[in-house]
Amino acid sequence: MNIAGRAHCFGDDINTDYIIASKYKTASLDPRDLTRHLMEDIDPGFGQRVRPGDILVAGKNFGCGSSREGAPLVIKAAGIGVVVAPSFARIFFRNAINIGLPVFICDTAAISTGDDLEFDLEAGTGRNRSTGALIEAAPLPRVMINIVRDGGLAAHIRRHGTFQLG
Amino acid sequence: MAGKTIAEKILSRKSGQDARAGDIVVASLDLTYSHDGNRPLAMELLASMGTDKVWDPGRYILFLDHHPSPNAVSAAAHTRLRDFARAQGVRLYEMGDGISHVVLPERGHIAPGDLVIGSDSHSCTGGALAAFTTGVGSTDMAAAIATGQLWMRVPETILVRCTGALPRGVAAKDLALAIAEQIGADGANYMAIEFAGPTIDTMPMDGRFTLTNLAIEMGAKAGLIGSDAVTAAWLRDRLTRDWTHLTADTDAVYAQVVEIDAASLTPRVALPHNVDKVVAIEDLPRTKVHQVVIGTCNAARSSDLAEAARILDGKHIAPGVRLIVTPSSRDTMVASMQSGVLATLVQAGAVIATPGCSGCAGGCHFAVPDVGENVISTANRNFKGRLGNAESFIYLVSPATAAASALTGWITDPRLHQEIVP
Repeated sequence: MNIAGRAHCFGDDINTDYIIASKYKTASLDPRDLTRHLMEDIDPGFGQRVRPGDILVAGKNFGCGSSREGAPLVIKAAGIGVVVAPSFARIFFRNAINIGLPVFICDTAAISTGDDLEFDLEAGTGRNRSTGALIEAAPLPRVMINIVRDGGLAAHIRRHGTFQLG
Repeated sequence: MAGKTIAEKILSRKSGQDARAGDIVVASLDLTYSHDGNRPLAMELLASMGTDKVWDPGRYILFLDHHPSPNAVSAAAHTRLRDFARAQGVRLYEMGDGISHVVLPERGHIAPGDLVIGSDSHSCTGGALAAFTTGVGSTDMAAAIATGQLWMRVPETILVRCTGALPRGVAAKDLALAIAEQIGADGANYMAIEFAGPTIDTMPMDGRFTLTNLAIEMGAKAGLIGSDAVTAAWLRDRLTRDWTHLTADTDAVYAQVVEIDAASLTPRVALPHNVDKVVAIEDLPRTKVHQVVIGTCNAARSSDLAEAARILDGKHIAPGVRLIVTPSSRDTMVASMQSGVLATLVQAGAVIATPGCSGCAGGCHFAVPDVGENVISTANRNFKGRLGNAESFIYLVSPATAAASALTGWITDPRLHQEIVP
């Protein structure tokens, strides 16, 4: 699965309240209604600027804070192809894989907003086409690759009845 | 073969294999729980897992804790949850019963050695009872209530060893913030934290829950405390089933050991907008306070409210300050009524809110601060916009610091409270 797009860079410790504020949790049940509020408290206007196919790049511990699945769902609904960060908070990481939002773990220090990035998610490799730099991902656990291949956790459980570790 | 941590012992038992840090296992769950705060609800995803039945209705519990003052959307969610609970034979705790993480231990739903997941990040709280309790999202929860199982990576463990007695006016919350400062917001990501040492051995359960509750703010999957005589005494009137003690082996292998000298601590304050941005109160410049919150799953149990009442007794909060007290559960509220603590707080100027999460997340539609206002809270999160206004500032403190600050109108060291003029 290949993804290419324009980078939008954020800092360390971006929590789920910043991704989508608590006050919108009961505003709508459809994540597509909430995409205009994406990152609103730390980058007003981002939700209007972001375009389908764009790539969200962050520092360490992306998605810390609450367990709300709305956070990866709204990112996915905004059309973002992949979230790239050196580390993800545990619950966000599981949620993203479960709902089918691709994540890519790698050093992001050399990526700037506006850079043209491409990723091969299956191979775990990428390239910054603006700088020419090659990017390599930390591998996912086998069970997560199986969930991604099945199209998310619901499809995985429907297919196998349990979790396939091998 | 080296001994095992608490996490390795529980995940070995629940997966039926010799599980060590780094292993990936499928584990059987003793208990699962969800609340009204996050959409989609896990029950809304159950059908997508290929079933319409909870695997074991006795092992799933629902809570209406996030929205005790619902708007139309959350009222509709409440109705769906009540209907689902009735149809499936699942227990539901109603509006006003309290916060899931507080009610579950209090009502005897968690025993040492249990494996528990909740669809909330602060599900790590129950680890104070030597149970492996952790938070997941709605899709993981839906898979769990469909199958009774969840895949997990057995976490490495950081041992936080605390020595020395907490000085007067310094609470478990201050210790928790000091630990968060040291470990950092992601220092325990994918890991478990075990809290141990002489300070913990003598700490009552209320304080232990405050510690384990804050584990997620360091990224941890679980915050764990081995069971002992304090645990046993607390469980005696609450747990109806048999249980056995669970502690880590003395030769367990830890990823890291953090030593904390509790005797040298002073009250701590987490500054906006990060939980690990912690300062000693004596180093804080004079800071005005507009709203004080004593509430949330972190530090609003009976002893927390009693500590606030001790400081506010016979006095009145400063003009222009709002004090909002949200007992963390119905049991906490009743105990605080019977002891006279609530009367003291109300006479001192407090507003008492419905037991639940209100006063923590902006999604609760409750006590939203104005632009430019400072809020001090006994909560566990001070993220920008957390209370529903991104232009306000949240400071995290102990119940004693919250009460002392309500009296003066600025963030105040509770060790000075005898000298405070109301």
